[in-house]
Parts: sequence; C-alpha cells; structure tokens
Amino acid sequence: MNNAYTGERLKSKSGSSWVADNIVTLIFIAFTIFGFVVSDGVTMNFFLTELSSRFFRNAFLVLSLIIPVVAGLGLNFGIVVGAMAGQIAIAIVRYFDMGGVSGMFLTFLIAFPIAAFAGYLTGILYNKTRGQEMIASLIVGYFANGIYQFIFLFAVGVIIKVPADHPMIKPDGVGVRMTVDLVKVEDGGLKYALDKIMEIPFMWAILLVAAAVLLLQVFRYVRNKNKATFIGQKNTTLINSVICLILIGISIHAIVTKSSLMMVRKVPVVIGVFIIALCIFNEKILKTKLGQDFRSVGQSQHIAEVSGINVDRTRIIATIMSTVLAAWGQIMYLQNMGTLNTYGAHTQIGMFSVAALLVGGASTQKANIRHAILGTLLFNSMFIMSPEIGLSLFGNALLGEYFRTFMVYGVIGLALGLHVWRTFVKGKEVIE
Amino acid sequence: MVEVKEKHGFKDIVNKIGLPTLIIGSFWIIVLIIGGMLDISMVTLMSDTIKRAGMNGILVLAMVPSIQSGTGPNFALPIGIECGLFAMVLSVEFGFTGASWLFVSVAMAIAFAIVTGYLYGKLLNSVKGSEMTIATYTGFSSAAIMCLAWLMIPFSSPKMGWFMGKGLRETIQLDAVGGAQILSNFMSFTVKGMTIPTGMLLVFFLCCLIVWLYFRSKSGVAISAGGINPRFAQASGINIDRNRIKANVLSNVLGAIGIIVYSQGYGYTQLYNAPLMMAFPAVAAILIGGATASRAKVSHVIIGVFIFQGLLTTALPVANQLFEGTDLSEIMRMVIQNGIILYALTQVGGGK
Repeated sequence: MNNAYTGERLKSKSGSSWVADNIVTLIFIAFTIFGFVVSDGVTMNFFLTELSSRFFRNAFLVLSLIIPVVAGLGLNFGIVVGAMAGQIAIAIVRYFDMGGVSGMFLTFLIAFPIAAFAGYLTGILYNKTRGQEMIASLIVGYFANGIYQFIFLFAVGVIIKVPADHPMIKPDGVGVRMTVDLVKVEDGGLKYALDKIMEIPFMWAILLVAAAVLLLQVFRYVRNKNKATFIGQKNTTLINSVICLILIGISIHAIVTKSSLMMVRKVPVVIGVFIIALCIFNEKILKTKLGQDFRSVGQSQHIAEVSGINVDRTRIIATIMSTVLAAWGQIMYLQNMGTLNTYGAHTQIGMFSVAALLVGGASTQKANIRHAILGTLLFNSMFIMSPEIGLSLFGNALLGEYFRTFMVYGVIGLALGLHVWRTFVKGKEVIE
Repeated sequence: MVEVKEKHGFKDIVNKIGLPTLIIGSFWIIVLIIGGMLDISMVTLMSDTIKRAGMNGILVLAMVPSIQSGTGPNFALPIGIECGLFAMVLSVEFGFTGASWLFVSVAMAIAFAIVTGYLYGKLLNSVKGSEMTIATYTGFSSAAIMCLAWLMIPFSSPKMGWFMGKGLRETIQLDAVGGAQILSNFMSFTVKGMTIPTGMLLVFFLCCLIVWLYFRSKSGVAISAGGINPRFAQASGINIDRNRIKANVLSNVLGAIGIIVYSQGYGYTQLYNAPLMMAFPAVAAILIGGATASRAKVSHVIIGVFIFQGLLTTALPVANQLFEGTDLSEIMRMVIQNGIILYALTQVGGGK
C-alpha cells in the first residue's frame, strides 16, 4: 500500500500532491477500515467506548504540542518533562492524602511552577541546540527521566525522610512504589476526580458537538460569504456541515430508538470542556502579539531577530507553555487511569503524542487543532485495532502489539523523512 | 605573570583532553577510590571493565565513520545490530556450532549490513540536515519491525524457540551452540586474578586498526574531507553523497560485527526490544572519549569505551554498598549517558 502511494507520487508530482501530503493519514484510515473488515470480534460499541476514553485521555497532551511547532521548535518530544512535573505534583498531593475536585485543582496549581521551571531549562537547552531541537528534545526526556528516578527512588527516603508505612512508599522506607493507587474520588482521592463531576451519554455528546460545529460553520459562512478569500474554503465548509448533519442524524436516531450505540461508555464533560478550551486557547493566542511573534520566529529566526523580536525569549516562552500544558494533560490522563505507574506512565507519552499529531497530517513546521484532533482519533483507532488484526489474521495478539510499536516509530520516521525530503526537493527545484 | 601563565596552561590541558573526558574520567577515579576504601576487589573491577570494554568496543567504533562523513553519530546503530542478530540466529538455525558458527555469523552479518547500510546511506542523503533525528527513528523502526520478524519467521531449531507456541525466545543461550565466550576464551590468560579476554580484545584492536588505516587511505581521507567542509570537498571533485553512503555502510558493518562480539562475550543473544536503545550508550562512550558530533578518532573510541564502561562497572558495587537497596548506578548511567549527548548537541552550533 505504501509503495503504491509512493509510486503514484513519483509519477505526477503536482497532480497527486494531496495524496502525498496526507499519505500518513491515509495509511491510518485504510488500516482502521481494514481492521474492521478482517476482525469480526470488534463491535462498534467496544470500539467507540475504547476510542472515546482514549481520546479524552490523550487529546490534551497532543494539543500541547502545537505551540512549539508554530514557534519553529519542531515536535517537542520534551513534553515528557512536563508529564514528569505533573506526576511529581500528583505524588505530592497523594502523599498528603488530599483529593476530590479541590485536590485536583491543587495538583494543577502545584504542577504549574514545577513544569514552568523545567520548561524554562528545556527552552534554554533548545536555544543552545538550535537546528537539532528534535533530537535534543528526545534525549532531554531520557535525561530528565534519570533525574526523576533519582528523586523518586533515592531522594524520597534518603534525603527527604518519609514514614515507611505510608502506602505510597516502598516497605523499606526508601523510594516510591512502582504503582501508586490514586484512591477513588468518593473516598477522597484523585481517581476520576474530574471525570465524575459530570458525565453524559456518548451519543448526546456527539449530538452536542456536531450541533456546535454546525452552528460555527453556518456562522462562518454568513460572516464571510462575500469575502474573496472565502471562496476556496466554501467546499470545506460545505463538507463539514454535511458531516455534522449526518452525525446529528445518527445520534438522534440512536437516542430516539435507544439503539446499542447508547451503551457506549459515558463521556466526561469537564475534560471535554478543558480540551475545547485548549483548542480555543491555541487558536486565540496566535492572534495576539505573542502568537505573531511565535509565527515570525517559526518562519525565520533571522528575520524575526532583525524586526526586533527577542527570538530566544520567544522560543523559551513557547517551550514553557508546552511543558505546562503537558503537565496538566498528564494529570488528566492519570486521574482517568486511576493508578500512577510511577516509573512508566510518562516514558511513552512524548513518542505517542508526536505520532498522533503526525498521523493527523501535521509536519515539523505546520500543526493545528484539526491535525491534533484527527490524529488522536486515528492513532488511537490503530492502537485499538492492531491487536485485533494480529489475533484474527495470525492468531497472535502479541504480533499486533509489536506491529503497533513499529507503526509508532515508523510513522514518526516516515513523516519526518518525507517532510525533510520534500523540502530538500523543493530547494533543488528552486536552484535549478 | 606566573599565575596567568599557569591558568593558560590549565586551560590548554582542558582543551586538549576535552571537558567531558576530564569530568567523567575524574569521576571514575573518585568512584574507584571510594571503592578501594570500601574494600571492593580492584582486581575483579578491572577484569570486568576490560571484559565490558571489549564487548562494547566495536559498537562504539561504528560511530567513527559516520561522524567523520558528516552524518553525525550513528543513532541508527540498531540497523547494524539487527543484521548481526539475524545472522547469528540464521547460523544457529543452519546448525553451525563453535568456530564455524562464529565465522558464518560474521560473514552473513557483513553481507546483510552492506545491503542495509547502502539503503540507509541513500536515505540519509535525501534528508540532509536532520540526519540525527531521522536516524534515531530509522533505528527504532528497524528494531520494531525485526520484533515482527522474530515472531513470524518459522525457525525450527529447538535451541531458539519457545517450548510451546511460535517465534523465537527473548534470549538465546549461546552455550547450546558452543558460541558463548568463544572469542573471549581464545588465548585468554589470568594475571594476578585478572582475566584478560585476549581473543575479544584482539578482534577489537584489529577492527580499530582497520578503521584507523582506512581513514589514512585515499578513500578515507575523502570521506573526512567531505565531513569537514562539504562545499570545498565538492569543489575538489569528491562525490560526497557516495562517500557518505560508504561511511555508513562501514558503520553498519561494524555495528553488525559489534553485536556478535558483544553477544559471545555476554553468552546470550538478546532479541526483540534489547537493541532498541543500544545506540545511545555507544554514542555517549565515543563522546566521553573526546569526540564531538562532527569529529572523531579511533583513539576517542578506545579511551571512551574504557572510561564509560569502567565507570559503569565500578559504580554498581560501590553504589550498592553505599546505599543499599537503591538502583543508583542505573540512574547515574541514564544521567551521564544522556547528559553527555546533550552536551555534544549544544556544541554542534546551528545557525539562526
């Protein structure tokens, strides 16, 4: 499949540029559909339940990657550092047995300075490794993991004295346990503290979101109807509206007839609101002075410098923002998981989030909300489907699991490689 | 006056040895002294250091050609490693044992590594400027796809499979084919309780010698020239792209041989996720030896691998004795290894 696309692209450079630009996305859509065709064990219910819970867990983290891309820092694998800051905050709150909704917001509050400080340091590092930010961000995650383990395995207990009988601490009194139970919110803990505030059935959520998007499209159409720049986007608006109408139709049908789709797990409203808020934040910040600075620095650091923008400072701010958002994203992720996997929860976050964003069609220089949302949905679909495909095609779920690891790395490699290669070809064409 | 002169002298020494080498080297010496005070057997430590340096040496050596050619440290080392692993597994499958197992493995590994190295070199030439990031993910992808291969290829040798089910085991004992320590034990001798794995060290130094000689030949000098100043080299009629491919083929081949030497020293062949992260300690080792992301010498490899592996071997028992029940040496490895790579990246210096 991959080869077919490549061949097609090489044949006609300009004609198939849409396919070439969206190749990663197309592969994933094809893969998910393929999964539905071959594996009969997956019901729509199971799929949607899994997908919605994974989406609400991960979307915030993926969205936190957008600002650094706009500011020209590339894909910030360093959100792992933010995730660690979030986990430190959770550990502190858990240690003092605080919880509930207020405890949750306290966690956000504690995570903020830790993440901001870590983001500041990371930002300085990125300024020193200009041009190699992506590999630096990957390595800084590993490096920070060392320090994180030092704090959690050694400093807690040896330097900071803690009681050995605390449920979080290992029996010998040194270090934090491998897994820490976050205690249900009913018992005054953090587990589901945000989810349980308000939950609505899945189909209602679809209905609401589709209706809201439809309204937005109509509003846009009415406002921009006569503008010359809008003509090109007319079709997109139309397609979006049609999709919304279909979704509204399906959800109303499901609600009225009480079909099996109503059995899909309920969705957490507050997390949804946070995700939407972050989307709006990401859009709106680009309209401010700071956002404009991000853009100009992202386009050309040299020109930005000449026009009086403090490039280094702008890049550091972008990194801090991304890190803080990642910390909050990780806290939301963990309250949904219910247990803190102390030494493992953060390690894969950077890789998975970046892969998700790339699957949505982003590149190292271009990323927006659409990429993040679409990418999170598609990437997690692949994650749900690949063990099923492995099981039904080869009778081995493990195979599917190795396959999805390969997809994660492969997608990042492919998307980055294609992007660099395309810039390279473009550069050549200009010279010629 | 005198003071100024001394300061100047001190700076010169630092510059000559290199900051990372100096810091990590002194750290090793300090840990050794602490170890001595704790009555940890120096002989065992030294013996282990030599053994581990010999095991890792060729993997570190694989960094030299790629750095010299200007593609940066070979973060895609897992590609070469997978070639070596695949060759070893095939060799077991075909029923070779002992020395013939070793030779067949090495021969096949070289063949695989040349092919994959060529393709990898091609890839690197089309992504100039982002080699390190792309290389890392190419390496990761190769390790991940080989995980599928280990499960799916129908190997039949009972020495490698699970007792039930399909696929290869995670670790394959080389004892079963007489391959464990086959090089290490060759002509090995013991001085005052210190075991010297002569065969393994000989192979390591032989590889070093070959690489050293190669970079003195016409072809090798051309590779270095292309790495230092691509435009100038191009102007003097050097085909840079071809040289970069050549260097990466060499690097890949060394990676493949390196893992065979490593596995025989260890006694086991580790499959699946084991090769995933193997590039990073190798990169760190050569950087500790004094290399930068754009310049490396064979001497850096030898110094670096001994200091880094020495520190790791020494720190384990020392940390265990000082702080019982903690895994401080593993934490230290992570911090030093990745800290050193970050430091090297800050020295690359990209333009605005």
